[in-house]
Amino acid sequence: MPTESMLLEVKNLKKYYPIQKGLLRRVVAYVKAVDGIDLSLREGEVLSLVGESGCGKTTAGRTILRLTEPTEGEIILYVYRKEANGAEGYQKINVNAASPKLMKSLRRDMQIIYQDPNSSLNGRMKVGSIVGEPLYIHGVSKAKEREEQVRDLLVAVGMRPDHMKRYPHEFSGGQRQRIAIARALTLKPRLIIADEPVSGLDVSVRAQVLQLLMDLQDKFRLSYLFITHDLAVVRNISHRVAVMYLGKIVELAPAEELFNHPRHPYTEALMSAVPVPNPDYRTKRILLPGDVPSPVNPPLGCRFHPRCRYVKEVCKTEVPAQRELGGGHLVSCHFADELHLEMRFRRIA
Amino acid sequence: MPLLEVKELRTYFYTEAGIVRAVDGFSFAIEPEQTLGIVGESGCGKSLTALSILGLVSRPGKIVSGEILYNRQGKIIDLSKLNPKGKQMRSIRGNEIAMIFQEPMTSMDPVYTIGDQIMETLILHQHLDKKQARKRAIEMLREVKIPLPEQRANEYPHQLSGGMRQRAMIAMALSCNPSLVIADEPTTALDVTIQAQVLDLMIDLKAEFRSAIILITHDLGVVAEIANEVVVMYVGKGVEKSTVSNVFHSPKHPYTQGLMDSIPSITAPSGLRPIEGVVPDALNLPPGCRFEPRCPRAMKTCKTDAPLLKEVAPNHWVSCWLYE
Repeated sequence: MPTESMLLEVKNLKKYYPIQKGLLRRVVAYVKAVDGIDLSLREGEVLSLVGESGCGKTTAGRTILRLTEPTEGEIILYVYRKEANGAEGYQKINVNAASPKLMKSLRRDMQIIYQDPNSSLNGRMKVGSIVGEPLYIHGVSKAKEREEQVRDLLVAVGMRPDHMKRYPHEFSGGQRQRIAIARALTLKPRLIIADEPVSGLDVSVRAQVLQLLMDLQDKFRLSYLFITHDLAVVRNISHRVAVMYLGKIVELAPAEELFNHPRHPYTEALMSAVPVPNPDYRTKRILLPGDVPSPVNPPLGCRFHPRCRYVKEVCKTEVPAQRELGGGHLVSCHFADELHLEMRFRRIA
Repeated sequence: MPLLEVKELRTYFYTEAGIVRAVDGFSFAIEPEQTLGIVGESGCGKSLTALSILGLVSRPGKIVSGEILYNRQGKIIDLSKLNPKGKQMRSIRGNEIAMIFQEPMTSMDPVYTIGDQIMETLILHQHLDKKQARKRAIEMLREVKIPLPEQRANEYPHQLSGGMRQRAMIAMALSCNPSLVIADEPTTALDVTIQAQVLDLMIDLKAEFRSAIILITHDLGVVAEIANEVVVMYVGKGVEKSTVSNVFHSPKHPYTQGLMDSIPSITAPSGLRPIEGVVPDALNLPPGCRFEPRCPRAMKTCKTDAPLLKEVAPNHWVSCWLYE
């Protein structure tokens, strides 16, 4: 369960990619992949970031870790540090302004798990070296201890200690993802950004790996920023959920609140689109017309207005501000109070 | 009389490491105008079954035994015995039995326009001339609700979005009015709101074109929405077969039960209930029931003898020793 202590705060985070043209590589436009998002994460919390491909959720995750440099915005991480003079306690660190040296030490506190372990694990390294490498890079332990630590980590993710002598290709997709998880845990981080960690896995294995992630969270007191497009998974693992559309967070709320009372028309449509594995249920699907607009020239006003079925004149010109509707339910829609949206799962039989 | 009946199909791969029994005694039948879902995890042989039907299995794979009986207006043809490159197979493939693939970007030719690619099918199979074919191609694009079909016909696959490409693919598959469409993960690569558009389109077209559909997928939600009948596959074999409602509401095979439990629910928080263990190594299959190593209800017999698919309730087939 989430505690009261704050772990991460993200304020007005932006990531623009320049589009260059011509001989002089003049910048003609920007892809506004992430366009001013705010979020926070408490210790022990699972916050899911959901949205369709191209909405900027992956870029947001990578920018928070500074795997790509943010264009603008603040990323604040609260870390526990012991100083040389004996003082210890939580420190507020501006990740976006951290020097390379500080950044390296911050990597021990924040890690990432990628979608595809085939490309995130080095096929030429043995599992033992993959999982142990962070310990070596950060000079945490000597070779002998390291082996012991790697052993424990492999056991913690449900693998056998003798697997450290093997190569990634000798394992199934689910096992490879377990190795990637072990590597992310090596340095005992507090924040893990999991970018679609189970999307590449088969249904029956998916639940295993999710279960593992949840068990590890308890055991190691981790906080997850869980990036995914799978709403069914989100409902079953998250404390809070943020819905992204075209570079912005349109709605953020506690998970059950969001699923029972979506307040943004995009969230409503997104939920209604998920096919329910029960032939007696028919979702009253809300079909969104057309495709997601380009993040180079996002629509004026509310970005969702060209596809929104409740659109009014004001939506076309004015950007809706984010408002709190009580109970930590944040939404950016001019008409969130007036619309009576609902979870559209109905039994037909 | 079924439109297509697959009997004891075996398609093996002869690799250096050994024989991979990818499809190993799989049987099912589909009636005209019916929608049959074939469900299973990756590597279970569901896509290979589709390729076997269309004679598209390539080396080192080979159909080893079994029959694929196709009812061509009353005349039964065994597709597994036809020369895959022969005249008869070519007159069936793409014409009477069409296929929709998962990723239109890789299954369409990038150097021909969408219109040309649909026209090619029509000229070849329906013997239309170029002008008629173009007219029909544009009509088909309109059927699948592609806006401005006259212009879109002149565009190349990369100029269309993923959802539009999949629509074009569906237009191509339906252009010759096939009696059977095999759709292999038709919406898996699409975003959920685009998937919803394509599913709705498929439901509409199903009513209009009245083709039978074999829907191959791992997404139980998609199956629940559009299929009437379901076959569940596990490591090359069918383990359960019945109506959608039977399979979803009273699954009998422990694998089907586990699969149903393992999908997190979006309608209410359900928690996570995974199936333990992993799919067995294809080169080293368990001698008895293939699900035995992972089965919570495994018995002694399961270790040594493989169960057969039996009808345990009206139109409900299960291969499991629990129901003997």
